[in-house]
Amino acid sequence: MNKKRSTLKILLVLAGLLMGCAAPQAGQPVQPVEEAPASTEPAALTVMTHDSFSVSEGIIARFEEENNVKISFVKSGDTGAALNRAILSKDAPLADVFYGVDNTFLSRALEVDLFEAYPSPLLEKIPAEFKPDADSRVLPVDFGDVCINYDKQYFKDKNLALPQSLQDLTKLEYRGLLAVENPATSSPGLAFLLATVAEFGEEGYLDFWKELRDNDLLVVNDWETAYYTNFSASTGKGAQPMIVSYGSSPAVEVVYAEQPLDDSPTASLVGGGMCFRQIEFVGILKGAKNRALAEKFIDYMLDVPFQEDMPLQMFVYPVNPEANLPEVFLKYSQIPDRPAVLSPEEISAGREKWIEAWDEVVLR
Amino acid sequence: MRSAPLVSRKVRQAFVLWAAPLLFIGWFFYQPLLAIFKLVLQITLADGFTANLALRVGRPLLFTFWQAGLSTLLTFVVGVPAAYVFARFDFRGKRVLRVLTTLPFILPTVVAAAGFNALLGPRGWLNLGLMFLFNLSEPPVQVLNTLGAILIAHVFYNTSVYIRVVGSAWAQFDQRLEDAARVLGASRWRALREVTLPLLAPSILAATLLVFLFDFTSFGVVLLLGGPRFATLEVEIYIQAMNLFNLPLAGLLSAIQMLCTLLLTVAHARLNGGAAQLSPRVRGSDVRKASSLGERVLVVAVIITVLVLLVSPLAALGLRSFTRMEAERGERGEVKTGLTLAYYRELFVNRRQSLFYVPPIEAVRNSLIYAAATVVISLTLGFLAAYALRLRLRINRLLDPLLMLPLGASAVTLGLGFILVFNRPPFSAQNFPLLMPIAHSLVALPFVIRTLQPALASIPTSLRSAAAVLGASPSRVWREVDMPIMARAALVGAVFSFTISLGEFGATSFLARPEYPTIPVAVFRFISQPGAMNYGQALAMSTLLLAVCALSILVMEQVRLPGVDEF
Repeated sequence: MNKKRSTLKILLVLAGLLMGCAAPQAGQPVQPVEEAPASTEPAALTVMTHDSFSVSEGIIARFEEENNVKISFVKSGDTGAALNRAILSKDAPLADVFYGVDNTFLSRALEVDLFEAYPSPLLEKIPAEFKPDADSRVLPVDFGDVCINYDKQYFKDKNLALPQSLQDLTKLEYRGLLAVENPATSSPGLAFLLATVAEFGEEGYLDFWKELRDNDLLVVNDWETAYYTNFSASTGKGAQPMIVSYGSSPAVEVVYAEQPLDDSPTASLVGGGMCFRQIEFVGILKGAKNRALAEKFIDYMLDVPFQEDMPLQMFVYPVNPEANLPEVFLKYSQIPDRPAVLSPEEISAGREKWIEAWDEVVLR
Repeated sequence: MRSAPLVSRKVRQAFVLWAAPLLFIGWFFYQPLLAIFKLVLQITLADGFTANLALRVGRPLLFTFWQAGLSTLLTFVVGVPAAYVFARFDFRGKRVLRVLTTLPFILPTVVAAAGFNALLGPRGWLNLGLMFLFNLSEPPVQVLNTLGAILIAHVFYNTSVYIRVVGSAWAQFDQRLEDAARVLGASRWRALREVTLPLLAPSILAATLLVFLFDFTSFGVVLLLGGPRFATLEVEIYIQAMNLFNLPLAGLLSAIQMLCTLLLTVAHARLNGGAAQLSPRVRGSDVRKASSLGERVLVVAVIITVLVLLVSPLAALGLRSFTRMEAERGERGEVKTGLTLAYYRELFVNRRQSLFYVPPIEAVRNSLIYAAATVVISLTLGFLAAYALRLRLRINRLLDPLLMLPLGASAVTLGLGFILVFNRPPFSAQNFPLLMPIAHSLVALPFVIRTLQPALASIPTSLRSAAAVLGASPSRVWREVDMPIMARAALVGAVFSFTISLGEFGATSFLARPEYPTIPVAVFRFISQPGAMNYGQALAMSTLLLAVCALSILVMEQVRLPGVDEF
């Protein structure tokens, strides 16, 4: 008897838990219709983005108040996953606005005609280098550079000069000191491969990678492993004093230090052509339910308050030159003078064959 | 003349029992799957198919079988003796140790990788210890990014399947059978080989199938610990679908992966067909302390193996979450080392006023709700399906593999299918909160069925008939004959569906809702950014996940303890 009761009991307890907790969930639908005053019911705007998206509460609250709108965010994995989601749900769009497609994936989004053109009045403030799409189907929001981060202490202790160019990395004195991510599985890994293609051309980049491999290059699959396992300057205290990360990472090290730091333990190598610039775009999805509000939100994203909020939320740079950078960015984050650039069309045409050729040369 | 209505009653019964599980799996698994395959076919017909088949299909396929075979073998070697020891012997700390062995199952791989790194990495404890002992300047052990790392991690993740599934069968095994064989002159080894193992075969086979399928579809472990030189089918599917947008190739790969799953399941059913019946014992009267020297050695050896392989990475993780881990700071003054609660304190602060800040209590609550719902859904459907499978109908041979298929389905492919199908009310992720636990249940359900089925098959018809003859109603027979025997297996199923849900799996990232973040979501948010504080908080959050899970399992085991002597 006891056994039977107790088994029933678990089921009841679990069912109770479920009911008790499901109720408040059901009570908070995407649009809080009931809670709003009957006269001015807020409109709904849905923004689809990737997991790394972040913004201050106040910034969103202000937009919601000014426009009597409730914004909900749909997030789904990394950039590739989020874009896949947008493409697969194209015929019945899940959102009005999509933010987070970058220049390495841009062609793919434009090929399938994901976005409606919107020539925002704020576009004219943004430098031409950030605007690859003349039709304004996508609008640039922020940029960041994928650069090699190095362990300042290591180079100081060993009295080692810093590599000044990609070619320098193949020198004997840097043997076994560099870890990169696999371009097939990692976004910074792909960006770094693209930098080498831009620097050495389609004919020369594989030779460079052969030399790197002979110089004991280490390849890992993801940024987390490279940074936290292999990087000697991170908490993992790994074996490599140079890894592929972001130009802003040294600033993030300071912001998220466990004890206050007066200097960053890392810095970036920003020599000519060593970094690859990633630009992130926003666009209005074809078939958006609320185009007017979507336009307003995009204008808001390109305007100064939002642009100034981004650096410390997502550790990227604003594209609007009127936005001021936070001090920690000015001090510890470096912008390369001459980042490597490839057009979205070149990337789209070459990505797959470059990755496959790279795989054969470096990994096999 | 009498037999005709009987058959139709059996068919009717089968219909009632099958209805819910089949509707569920048809709607939430086969519908999205067919949708994505239809799309893949359309794209293939429109754009054509380009792929280096030997490189992109042949190589990952071979490697997938190779590593899954090796991993399963190793897990078997560790798991079966461990199952025996946990089922048959009493030792101090047994209950806690058993709960600890289940915990790897819930760990998101990125966290498990952090644990292994803390243990085996270039600056892990093992290497630091060896460097200190032998005065070395370079870390001597290079495990990460090798096949060895993949194998160790698979043993780490899946040993608990043997301990739980085989262990629960072994605990119910009638010791008197073995004793009888011994009395009749069989050696201990012969009794084990000819009496015990054949009788345990169904659950050993079931556990082996589950472990093999988990290894076969392994994604995170291979990606994060194996490094770039190894790719399983699932890794290749992810690369092709998510980064290269080559859906035709991803579709082909996932079709191959599912075909393999199907063949394995059918083969398993064939092997299982002739298995002997296990007669159940409810009372665990055969659990005792190890007495002879051999037994003691075995118990100690198993405990040590389990501690080293399964518990030490967890311990490394937990310890790290309390340890200062600031990087070398060069000229900027000395580094403070020692213990700290800073990472835990910081969890409760929304330092940057981010809209997406995850309050820990809320993450724990959301995770528990999803997990509890998963347990309810998968146990309910699992019971129905297990009873339906018991009915020895020809159709069952067809339906059984269909229910197992979600275990072998590519998470990436299924996730894409979810997007295609569940994108408008009433079933969109945005307004159907049950979609998340339902997705978890798809993976948990085959598990629950595989644990319930052997237990159910072990109930002798004579026992039921006796109860019925003595006047018990069908529901009373179920309550007082079936349930006591099945309770143990049901608990195993509940624990696994609970942990599967807590750890989440790939397909659900498409269903996640930022307003209801779970613990793994919080972990990912921290670990994807540089900085000691982020890393520390990721580990702190993971440790919290472990603690919540351990407590929950202890509670679940406690609830049904009264009346069952030893579990």
